[in-house]
Amino acid sequence: MSQYLFYFLAFVSIFSALLVVTAKNPIHSVLFLIVTFFAIAGQYIILNAQFLAIVHIIVYAGAIMVLFLFVLMLLNLNKESEPVKSNMMKGIGVVSGCLLALVLVAALHKSTMSPALGLPNDEIGLVGNLGKVLFKDYVVPFEISSLLFLSAMIGAVMLGKRESKAEPVI
Amino acid sequence: MNRKQNPLYKTKKLSIPIEHYILLSSILFCIGVMGVLLRRNAIILLMCVELMLNSVNLLMAAFSTYHGDAAGQIFVFFIMVVAAAEVAVGLALLVMIYRNFKTTDINLFNKLKW
Repeated sequence: MSQYLFYFLAFVSIFSALLVVTAKNPIHSVLFLIVTFFAIAGQYIILNAQFLAIVHIIVYAGAIMVLFLFVLMLLNLNKESEPVKSNMMKGIGVVSGCLLALVLVAALHKSTMSPALGLPNDEIGLVGNLGKVLFKDYVVPFEISSLLFLSAMIGAVMLGKRESKAEPVI
Repeated sequence: MNRKQNPLYKTKKLSIPIEHYILLSSILFCIGVMGVLLRRNAIILLMCVELMLNSVNLLMAAFSTYHGDAAGQIFVFFIMVVAAAEVAVGLALLVMIYRNFKTTDINLFNKLKW
């Protein structure tokens, strides 16, 4: 059953990712990206990584995509103002993307996978176990990430505030 | 809840080969790369970068589960942290650029070349 769910979610995520790239209207791109993120969250649940699934939905669908939508609406971008590349550049982009996929699949085809381990601990994705690992072995990176957030916040505020007229722009 | 009593447990992870996760992630990653190459709107470019980050996250979570090691999922968590910070700064930059140029067309942002 989870097998069919996997293939269904894979199809949904690939299809909506393609629509993100091809949609003319930026708002539609954002909405399809949200669908992709929900499909990926479903994949996390199939992998029994509940913590990651919840965090993924909260951070991506909840925070990041709202930020994207706000900026899109703030800048008032729509279909008419959407810049388009020439057909030749589009063709080159599609061909090079397909070539990259070909290289990755060929590398996968060449490699040999060891069979999956016996899953000594299949509950690693649960919140309690992951929290124990995070706060036992990875405390220092966790604290450093708070510094990263602080600097990102300061940077966003500095960049976002309106400059005075005397200063040269950019 | 005891997972061993879950009837889904037996067929849960080993039913899907890890190769399929690798294939799905590489396809999603290539779609992201294609989007960066195809589009000129800087916001869509940021979204395609998010798509690439997500495909790598999914692959790392799959490897972590198949290997039975929690470190991979911790790394996924940290990648999400970095992605959130990146989006905040990137969108602030975009708003500032839009204020000055009145567009988000990536082809006009070539002043750093000189």
